[in-house]
Amino acid sequence: MSLFSDHLLSVVTFLPLIGAALILAIRGDVASIARTARWVALVTTIVDLAIAFLIWANFDGSTAAFQFVEQASWLGFGITYHMGVDGISVLFIVLTALLMPFCILASWNSIETRVAEYMIAFLLLETLMIGVFCALDLVLFYLFFEGGLIPMFIIIGVWGGKRRVYASFKFFLYTLLGSVLMLLAILAMYYTTGTTDIPTLIHTHFDPGMQNFLWLAFFASFAVKMPMWPVHTWLPDAHVEAPTAGSVILAGILLKMGGYGFLRFSLPMFASASEVFTPLVFALSIMAIVYTSFVALAQEDVKKLIAYSSVAHMGFVTMGIFTLTHQGVEGGIYQMLSHGIVSAALFLCVGVIYDRMHTRDISAYGGLVNRMPIYAACFMVFTLANVGLPGTGGFVGEFLTMLGAFKVNTWVAIFSATGVILSAAYMLYLYWRVVFGALVKPSLQAIQDLSLREVAILAPLVVITIWMGVYPKPIFDVTSVSVANLIQQHKIALAIDHAPKLAQTNVAARNGEGLR
Amino acid sequence: MYTAIVFLPILGSLIAGLFGRLIGARASELVATGLLFVSAALSILAFNDVALLGHLGANGAPLKIAIAPWIHSGDFEADWKIRVDVLTVVMLVVVTGVSSLVHLYSMGYMHEDSHRPRFFSYLSFFTFAMLMLVTADNFLQMFFGWEGVGLASYLLIGFWYTRPSANAAAIKAFIVNRVGDFGFALGIFGVYYIFGTLDFDAVFHAAPGFVGKTMHFGSWNVDILTTLCLLLFVGAMGKSAQLGLHTWLPDAMDGPTPVSALIHAATMVTAGVFLVCRASPMFELSPTALAVVTFVGATTAFFAASAGLFQNDIKRVIAYSTCSQLGYMFAAAGVSAYGAAMFHLFTHAFFKALLFLGAGAVIHAVHHEQDMRKMGGLARAIPFTWAMMLIGNLALTGFGLPGLGIGTAGFYSKDGIINAAFSAGTPIGTYAFVLTLLAAAMTSFYSWRQFLMTFHGQYRGDKQQHLTHADADAHAHDEPLEHDAHHAPKLSEVHESPLAMLAPLAVLALGALLAGGLFHASFIGEAAGNFWQGAVAVAAGHTPNGIENVPVWVEFAPFVLTILGFAIAYYYYILRPELPAQMAAKRGLLYLFLYNKWYFDEIYDFLFVQPALRFGRFLWKFGDGTIIDGLGPDGIAARVLDTTRQTIRLQSGYVYHYAFAMLIGVMGLATWFTLGGYGAFAGLIAQLFKLVGI
Repeated sequence: MSLFSDHLLSVVTFLPLIGAALILAIRGDVASIARTARWVALVTTIVDLAIAFLIWANFDGSTAAFQFVEQASWLGFGITYHMGVDGISVLFIVLTALLMPFCILASWNSIETRVAEYMIAFLLLETLMIGVFCALDLVLFYLFFEGGLIPMFIIIGVWGGKRRVYASFKFFLYTLLGSVLMLLAILAMYYTTGTTDIPTLIHTHFDPGMQNFLWLAFFASFAVKMPMWPVHTWLPDAHVEAPTAGSVILAGILLKMGGYGFLRFSLPMFASASEVFTPLVFALSIMAIVYTSFVALAQEDVKKLIAYSSVAHMGFVTMGIFTLTHQGVEGGIYQMLSHGIVSAALFLCVGVIYDRMHTRDISAYGGLVNRMPIYAACFMVFTLANVGLPGTGGFVGEFLTMLGAFKVNTWVAIFSATGVILSAAYMLYLYWRVVFGALVKPSLQAIQDLSLREVAILAPLVVITIWMGVYPKPIFDVTSVSVANLIQQHKIALAIDHAPKLAQTNVAARNGEGLR
Repeated sequence: MYTAIVFLPILGSLIAGLFGRLIGARASELVATGLLFVSAALSILAFNDVALLGHLGANGAPLKIAIAPWIHSGDFEADWKIRVDVLTVVMLVVVTGVSSLVHLYSMGYMHEDSHRPRFFSYLSFFTFAMLMLVTADNFLQMFFGWEGVGLASYLLIGFWYTRPSANAAAIKAFIVNRVGDFGFALGIFGVYYIFGTLDFDAVFHAAPGFVGKTMHFGSWNVDILTTLCLLLFVGAMGKSAQLGLHTWLPDAMDGPTPVSALIHAATMVTAGVFLVCRASPMFELSPTALAVVTFVGATTAFFAASAGLFQNDIKRVIAYSTCSQLGYMFAAAGVSAYGAAMFHLFTHAFFKALLFLGAGAVIHAVHHEQDMRKMGGLARAIPFTWAMMLIGNLALTGFGLPGLGIGTAGFYSKDGIINAAFSAGTPIGTYAFVLTLLAAAMTSFYSWRQFLMTFHGQYRGDKQQHLTHADADAHAHDEPLEHDAHHAPKLSEVHESPLAMLAPLAVLALGALLAGGLFHASFIGEAAGNFWQGAVAVAAGHTPNGIENVPVWVEFAPFVLTILGFAIAYYYYILRPELPAQMAAKRGLLYLFLYNKWYFDEIYDFLFVQPALRFGRFLWKFGDGTIIDGLGPDGIAARVLDTTRQTIRLQSGYVYHYAFAMLIGVMGLATWFTLGGYGAFAGLIAQLFKLVGI
């Protein structure tokens, strides 16, 4: 048992791979393979979720230190297999593990071809995503971070819609472009310090001039992942073409990696650069919030609309993080978590009607509430959460990020607050066109309300959404100390960066010793 | 007890909403209504206890009941908490009282509707959100209730979701309210930024220390308290439908009539007034903010009354009247007469709910007809409803005998406001005095016009009337589509409503008659300070010197103008009923301007709605499509393809082409080495080795 409890993070990370291996081992005719593969995937993800909950339950929120740490020699040259979580990362593991069973369930009937391969891709993806949040070594992180591209690329490219090839290449090229720059930055950091160990690098002070370059290189990668304006255009296309579960993961987890990256690397490692580039981030965040909200207003495709709304919501995250205030950063984390649930749920809602009608055109729907009252109620909850209504998860994060922004720069707060009006406009307009109205379209006359499986998918998400809005304490208990520590460390690092030259040289000397 | 008052309605809402199908419509109604009556009974006990007997915490401190922690982030804390002071219990009585009566009324009014569990669930949810708003102990919980009632309003306006007009009205209500909330939210951020907390007591306690200090807001240095108060007031303007953000309220009449009575007359729309009174310790410190409040309030009182003059939809007349009366309340709050504002809020809840529910009874009686031009002479057919509406109109117009000091509820509260504006003695007070007086005359005209058109003269329902084109949009039906094929009933078919609908009318009528006389001494009299126990703050020197002691002509002016309004209405709609139609046919400029509500909707549509959609399309197609994708991925991909096509040409297949290229290459390399490029090359290799650690 101690082998298990000492390696919880490795278990939660690599367990899905075991499920994938099991699926590979299944023999039989196509139908039976598909059936077994579904069940194996579902059971694997549920067990993984249980382990994730175990980690959360055993997590000590009173310290900012990394916990569940594992370290083993790996590639040599100062590159180790180093895993661990703190209050910033641990909940993302829970989020990932939580969304996975829903993804498998949502794909239960809608994926009919290459089911085993599909499930393997998802399980592999789960391993890589959880790994991103556990990794405490830059090289390990980079492997997980970039590795995640491949299964996603395949999921969109193989099981996607009509323009799936265009979308998957666009997705791949955009994200790869950012990653290449990050790889260069990682090499440069290794060259300077001789280590890729994240906790060590956090306490390393780079020369402010070099920080700027490193910050920009990391920023290129994270901004694409986020995605921030103007490198967001891959997202609507990728969402539109991806199968439902692919969209869920894309919106629910992959987008959060950018924000996580800012918190794990940009802020603690490049303190002065983060300060230098804050105006840039604010400007891009506000562009994201205002610009994409207007674009969302004009959409005719359900998934595109939600995709654009995701960009706007991620704008709140980047804005909050770079306020460098406790409320802003914690709000950013909360916003990522709640958006992970809400946007995932919205895509699942779209999936429900897409499975029935095989179209994403808003104009093809209307009056669904007449035949699908339960669906309408669920969709309403998520719509309101996306609008940021108090009492839903969407409010807490949005509110805190803007609160933080107001402290730093009132213009930023004013502009971002317009997003509150615009989000109400585009979401309620969408809801009206799809759900309300009279049911007059002949194609919709026989549409069925949620099946038991679909209720099982959406009902827990409804509960979570409202719980996150009413009683966020369990989440703040986890994040609070780590966020406070992050802000504190950032202040200290900033003081050193701004200190006279003498102190700088001392630090450089220390770094030099570290190299040898 | 207070916890029960607040949470019983949400319990009813959940039962009706989640299990409505299981337990049936009747059971859902009974559960929701029953729980609300319990809540209302407890509220009356609370009112008696706190407001009349003065049982509060030590030194009159408000009672506080902690429910649960909410958002804690760094030094930011906001908890779920119930705060009870006099202001709260007044609102508790208003909200649960009207809400329980509306629940009961709806059991009769909605009995043909197949979605009753949903309706009752929404109603109870609304009540819960409103109670959270009025019991909030900090700005954030207030914001929760604030948005919660907005949601309930959205859901209930759009209750008959098959009708496009209802959906449009619902969205409009939500978004216009969000514009107000934009200001409210910024106000909350600002309050936290300045005071470091959102708790009412802490903020109000610290506020005097910031008088005259400035902060950076946007690119300007602004007075802290004025800015914060004005931002909060923007929120109040949205919720209370004040000039500029009022456009949603008349459209909201597309919802079922009980909803109009509860949400859009008695409770939700008064939340803005409540906010200003709650934050009175802050507003008191900023004369500028107070002046703005009075200016907006008085202007709205005048504007909305004028827009109500020529409406033909029975509910829209009352809607504009509500808007106008809310203006009165703000005008009072702005001259520091918070007691008068709350008093008018209190009495208005009775008589306006009575008017709406009475209008609902009329609409019910004439088979869902709302156009007053198709009514007339109904007094004989529905005498009870007639009597109720008569009482409602008397109270709304503030009828009473000024010399003797006895009258309907509106007489005390409205005249209280007009007197307060007069006694303020400031230019803005005088402005408010003049406008509210004029509005009183117009109120009288549109109220009696509505009353006479509905109940007196000839019955016009069985005649086919020619409706001018401009009226088509105002002609809304208070019913779902499936009932739309309504037939105009004969007068003999017009029937009185069931007891469930009439009983609430009687209760409200009692309130409309007596609430003023019973409570005016407490709310605005000499001893009002004892009544409020510090729940509203009035700065020294702001106390209007004796609302009661105004010159005789001021006391009589509203009375005279009200009689005048009645006389004009009587002349035009009873003595010479052909005149209004002729006026409408002439379509004079002033008539059109008023009839079209000063063209606010048209201007907003032109300025905001259409451009927003066009702008969105432009950013999407041009910004994302042409610029970002065109120069970004698609453009690069296209350039790569171009380059590839060029490169393909190089593969000619002729050996001598390749040989020639190789020759050039070798020559180039040789030249580079001989000119010393080798050194740089070796350096590069060495660097690479070093990099990988060899």
